[in-house]
Amino acid sequence: MGLIISSCKQDYSTTRIVGKRLTISDSLATNPEIEAYIKPYREKVNRDLDSILAYAAETYSKSDGKLNTAIGNFMADAVFEMSNPVFQKRTNKFIDMVLLNHGGIRSIISKGNITSRTAYKIMPFDNSVYVIPMKGQQIKDMLSFLAKKKRAHPISKLKLTLSEDYSIKDALINDEAIDYEKTYHVATNDYLYNGGSNMHFFKSKDTVYDLNYKIRNLLIDYFKKIDTLQPSIDDRFIQIKTIKNET
Amino acid sequence: MKRRTFIQQTSAASALIGLGGLTLSSFDTKKTKRITILHTNDVHSHIDPFGPNDVRNANKGGVARRASLVESIRSINPNTLLLDAGDIFQGTPYFNYYGGELEFKLMSMLKYDLATIGNHDFDNGIDGLYAQLPNANFDFVSANYDFKNTVLDTHVKPYKVFIKDDVRIGIFGLGIELDGLVGKKLRKETVYNYPVEIAQDMSRILKEDEACDLVICLSHLGYYYKNSPETISDLVLARKTKDIDLIIGGHTHTFLPKPTIEKNAIGKNVLVNQVGCYGLYLGKVDFYLETNKEKKADGVTIIV
Repeated sequence: MGLIISSCKQDYSTTRIVGKRLTISDSLATNPEIEAYIKPYREKVNRDLDSILAYAAETYSKSDGKLNTAIGNFMADAVFEMSNPVFQKRTNKFIDMVLLNHGGIRSIISKGNITSRTAYKIMPFDNSVYVIPMKGQQIKDMLSFLAKKKRAHPISKLKLTLSEDYSIKDALINDEAIDYEKTYHVATNDYLYNGGSNMHFFKSKDTVYDLNYKIRNLLIDYFKKIDTLQPSIDDRFIQIKTIKNET
Repeated sequence: MKRRTFIQQTSAASALIGLGGLTLSSFDTKKTKRITILHTNDVHSHIDPFGPNDVRNANKGGVARRASLVESIRSINPNTLLLDAGDIFQGTPYFNYYGGELEFKLMSMLKYDLATIGNHDFDNGIDGLYAQLPNANFDFVSANYDFKNTVLDTHVKPYKVFIKDDVRIGIFGLGIELDGLVGKKLRKETVYNYPVEIAQDMSRILKEDEACDLVICLSHLGYYYKNSPETISDLVLARKTKDIDLIIGGHTHTFLPKPTIEKNAIGKNVLVNQVGCYGLYLGKVDFYLETNKEKKADGVTIIV
């Protein structure tokens, strides 16, 4: 009360605007104070990322292999091996199989030392392990998706054999015939569960389990556990071809 | 050498939009104020420059270089504001290791004045963002995220008014729809509100109630969605509002070689700018203002 606001109007008007983009290039000086401040952080990160965790016997690439690859097999097996004990402890249930996506392998593993940086390169994203209870139609949809895509999507504990015409010849989970009445616990990641790579069969009305375990951290833990990484292409996902005898 | 050619080409292609009959000499008078707005967006934890072998961005970027550039610009014009349009977090192991601590500390050392919140700034959850706030000596603005039922309540204001050389500069923030980008687990009770009406309100409040001479929107809505032109974006926002002088954007990692000039709801020019990502560029927009008493002609000359 009693306050007089002198003016609610602007005192200044714009007469000219000049806009331009400046490039941050190596022609600019490095501010020494900022550089010195970053240094210990950088050194710690690099020391950590470059510390040797394991040894890769060969170079592994996701393009080596048709329906299954050594690097994909390693990733799916690592997800099983590292998450199953966590899942079991929390729920008293077991992971029956693992399905990841071929596109999710973001880098090769080069022969030689494996460091945490390797894990950041293969898996730069922060996705974590999800366990999805699946049965009947969902399992069938998953199998026909894999058969239709003919891609080396990484799997573990699932054995899928396709006929010459890419129809499903045989499918086993944990070396047993699939029981379509039973609920299977399939481990994947939150990206795929949410429809990534068109894996819509994961959508579930049941409770899904978020293990809060990042795939990258899981890989680092796995590398720490092993000494030499030596995965191979095997018969977990193959196509049977009839060889005609020449007469 | 490539860079030099580029600058020449840019100036050759400069658009000169003039309405008034101003001559250059009219800017030399003491009454002319100059406000420099510097901005980044989507830096995504890129603290170190790209290495010489990087396929796309060799030897570009780096916070320590940006610091030198900002410092030299401030020494020429102390009436400078340094702003960021969000997605400060996520993209290098620095974020995974330190949760955004180093990003905020360095931005504080560079004397950032204000930032808005991008979707990736929720990557360690709203609690992760809250935990890093003590490392930021600058404020965050967002007018369309409602943080009332979250830890960020009262920590993020809709707008902030700066006074530089007697010029009042009002800046408000806008964030992108979080559904589909940021999981509920991370964003918790954050509520996204549709930004158009909010931006209309904000610009009115800043222009009328706060008597701002300049109104800036710091946006993480994205530049423009070609395949979904109705989706709210910086260009759509520019067309549907009035009284905004500059929209500084982010999210779509759009590398604009120069600011876009768009017509607002009443046919006036608005500048929309965005400088890609990863701290490869710094945006710079200079506003020259005159007192309404001294002003000789109507209209604004825009040189981009």
